[in-house]
Amino acid sequence: MPHKVIDVQDVVIRFSGDSGDGMQLTGSLFADTAAFFGNDITTFPDFPSEIRAPQGTLSGVSGFQVHIGSSAIYTPGDYCDVLVAMNPAALKANVRWLKPNATIIVDIDTFDQKGLEKAGFQTNDAIAELNIKQHNIIAPPITTLTKESCITCSVDPKIAIRCKNMFALGICYFLYNMPLKHTEDYIRKKFSKNQALIDINLKILKDGHNYAGNIQAIADTYIVKPSKQEPGLYRNINGNRAIAWGLMAASEKSGRPLFCGSYPITPATAILEELAIHKDLGVKTLQCEDEIAGICTAIGASYAGSLAVTTTSGPGLSLKSEALGLAVMAELPLVVVDVQRAGPSTGIPTKTEQTDLNQALYGRNGECPVAVMAPHSPSHCFVTAFFAAKYALEHQMPVIILSEGFLGNGSEPWKIPDMNDYPAINPPIVTELDPDEPYFYPFKRDPQTLATRWALPGTPNLEHRVGGLEKNHKGAVSSDPLVHQQMVNERAEKVARLARYIPPQQVIGEQQGDILMVSWGGTYGHMLSAESQLRSEGFKVGLAHFDYINPLPLNTEEVFKCFKTIIVFELNSGHFANYLRAQYPQFSYLQYNKIQGQPFIVAEITEAIKKLVP
Amino acid sequence: MKFTPQDFKSDQEVKWCPGCGDHAILASIQRALPEISETLGYSRERYVFVSGIGCSSRFPYYMKTYGFHGIHGRAAAIATGIKVANPTLSVWEMTGDGDSLAIGGNHLIHAIRRNIDINIVLFNNRIYGLTKGQYSPTSKWGTITKTSPYGTVEHPFNPGALAMGARGTFFARTLDMELQLTRDIMVEAAKHDGTALVEVLQNCVIFNDKTHSIISDREVGAERTIVLRHGEPMIFGKDMNKGLVLDGMRLKAVTLGQDGITKDDILIHNAEEQNHGLHMMLCEMEWPELPVALGIIRRVADRTYDDMVRDQLTEVANKSEIHCMNDMLRSGGDTWVVE
Repeated sequence: MPHKVIDVQDVVIRFSGDSGDGMQLTGSLFADTAAFFGNDITTFPDFPSEIRAPQGTLSGVSGFQVHIGSSAIYTPGDYCDVLVAMNPAALKANVRWLKPNATIIVDIDTFDQKGLEKAGFQTNDAIAELNIKQHNIIAPPITTLTKESCITCSVDPKIAIRCKNMFALGICYFLYNMPLKHTEDYIRKKFSKNQALIDINLKILKDGHNYAGNIQAIADTYIVKPSKQEPGLYRNINGNRAIAWGLMAASEKSGRPLFCGSYPITPATAILEELAIHKDLGVKTLQCEDEIAGICTAIGASYAGSLAVTTTSGPGLSLKSEALGLAVMAELPLVVVDVQRAGPSTGIPTKTEQTDLNQALYGRNGECPVAVMAPHSPSHCFVTAFFAAKYALEHQMPVIILSEGFLGNGSEPWKIPDMNDYPAINPPIVTELDPDEPYFYPFKRDPQTLATRWALPGTPNLEHRVGGLEKNHKGAVSSDPLVHQQMVNERAEKVARLARYIPPQQVIGEQQGDILMVSWGGTYGHMLSAESQLRSEGFKVGLAHFDYINPLPLNTEEVFKCFKTIIVFELNSGHFANYLRAQYPQFSYLQYNKIQGQPFIVAEITEAIKKLVP
Repeated sequence: MKFTPQDFKSDQEVKWCPGCGDHAILASIQRALPEISETLGYSRERYVFVSGIGCSSRFPYYMKTYGFHGIHGRAAAIATGIKVANPTLSVWEMTGDGDSLAIGGNHLIHAIRRNIDINIVLFNNRIYGLTKGQYSPTSKWGTITKTSPYGTVEHPFNPGALAMGARGTFFARTLDMELQLTRDIMVEAAKHDGTALVEVLQNCVIFNDKTHSIISDREVGAERTIVLRHGEPMIFGKDMNKGLVLDGMRLKAVTLGQDGITKDDILIHNAEEQNHGLHMMLCEMEWPELPVALGIIRRVADRTYDDMVRDQLTEVANKSEIHCMNDMLRSGGDTWVVE
């Protein structure tokens, strides 16, 4: 029977299974294929922190959601059109994410007595128990078919069975009329040393694809046409890699070698791993004995003239607090990357949150302001890292980047930039003693930026001492009350003056009117989708999404003045809202907060706005 | 250019207590630096003195060199970052027993384990001085201090043993008042490629006065300490008539001429022996059973961390076809063109 091919604007597919089932890979391959095909995409890996949680249980379910579209896609999608569930636990854990007419693909072999019990089903009828009869359910015996596929091959059946994710992927490619080529190329490259593994993976992928073509359950197939994208060379990028590359780009532009002192921590580790690869570009990485050594080696490297970076997540930022104060006091350039996760303490390490904002702004002893920036999408992490490094180097101060697990692991297509289009970075390196100084004064400031000068060890005649003790401009230790007050003021003013160098705050949508939606960081895609949906329904709303948090853009007050109501959306209890109250107390701020370790869904944002309108 | 000790003195007033052992250590290092500079061809701007927190950690302010007064315990990490960023610098860490054996213990052992080419001078006065007299990780069992009014119930660390355990390549011990020995050891530490840990037994005149006097007093010092020199027999004593021998698995002090002992029975010090078994025993010698070892106990050649970092960068760069960011961003074969 010939299938009908139906055009759709966009589709959300959620791959789920045991944490050992390879769902992250399956989802990534599907996303990459869509991107190669020309769709816009956004991905959202949603996995447990256990490497191999007990097999078949709800706690071990790993998910990867991908949203593909023929026009711009800003979020991984609230609910899914297709759910791939490799076992009963995956089905049970994900039913709440189904759209009303969603298709479900399950491996029916896993729905045996044991599998159902492990997932906590009370009866033998999972479909009835979950009340999902109305959905289009495709239930091939994937395990059995995979075993049969490899009867003739030389691979151990136990290994072959691990390829069953390829069977499910083959079905999905058929369903959306997508080419197998990209995945086939990947398989050939990945297993280049083992022809048997190449053969079995290719065969199972193809068998899944053929199976879908032969069964009655699939009446129609779909196509998501390529989106209109700016011409150019593209690649997929996730936020962690983009941070690493942005830092490397800044290193090249500034001529300062990149040094990263770090300690592995979820979900930030991939930045250190990525940087460790690029020794050919002179990147030095030091995996330290702890988080504190991570930042302290970076501070040492900064003193010695490197673009110094330390990467971490919330608990690690807590450990680095004292040393960050040292970097403020010694007035050295430093980029601190915090890929936020659900806290407090160990919290939920693999889940996303924006709960480190207070810590970034205030989490140090003494008067210790630090510049804080936040990327708003995976590819924007590149830009943010580049400019964080630029400002740190040119203004001789630490800058914190508040990324999020959602951005670090999420990916999107990215038009590869030309480094010639990026600005120069000119750190205030000094090479000779100023004739007006009998010896080098380490805390003499640039009158514009208030930045101190960078005198690198090894430079003759500029010998000087820095450190955590308060000092006067000449670098002498001082506990003089007025010197302390002056230096405190100057360090604060140096951070505040960064506002003169950052771009003004943009408002998306209505430039004035009833409601201004305010947000920051990784919620951008959801906020943008909600704002555009609301405006299409006739609501007079604008969106001010902040990339720069400390200092705030100079026109922030002007932006706020233009709206009757301001509502701040964030994945915490109101850190940014409270910060704005302190900065601009003349306005009142409503809040919408969520602290569930999950990103917003667009529908909850639009509902919150609609409730405000009488 | 030839330097004198004066060339390394900063204009800052030295604020240690009168009679503190730190003054002698400062003098010894300022005396060592001209020779180091001449031997290794270093100019003054190549020196960086890094410290943590404590009395000893004020050291960088008194040196007319680059200096970084860090935070408590972290000097080893800061020094590591400086050295990796610029391996041509001569990096010196000035630290105390509280700074590098309590709060900074982790960084110390990992610096030694990596064998990064820095020189660590550990001022050991067995007390917290700057916080006015609490016991430290090297305080002897039973030490009475403000925080141990009934005596400590903790085993002290032996810095040398710790260095051996971390596979250290250089360990030496000296006494603050032994200016010449300290100076000579500093020169050797500077010449050593790798982490050089120098423990200086230092007197805190205010809170732990005479803590080392049982071995350091002029009248008894020669009988209670032994200065080890590579390739020479382990002989000590006012009349140089005592020596060390191996008695089964232990070291034993003997007197020449007694019980048929001759000079030939005495152990010859080999600081360059890779196996640290005997070095460990020498580190742990304590009066009154045995003399306390001074001098260079261990000095073995091994690859340094900073050299290996540099070599790996060069090796990877030489093999790579990627020379700039524009190359890298377009590499990997997973890009596509939108027309």
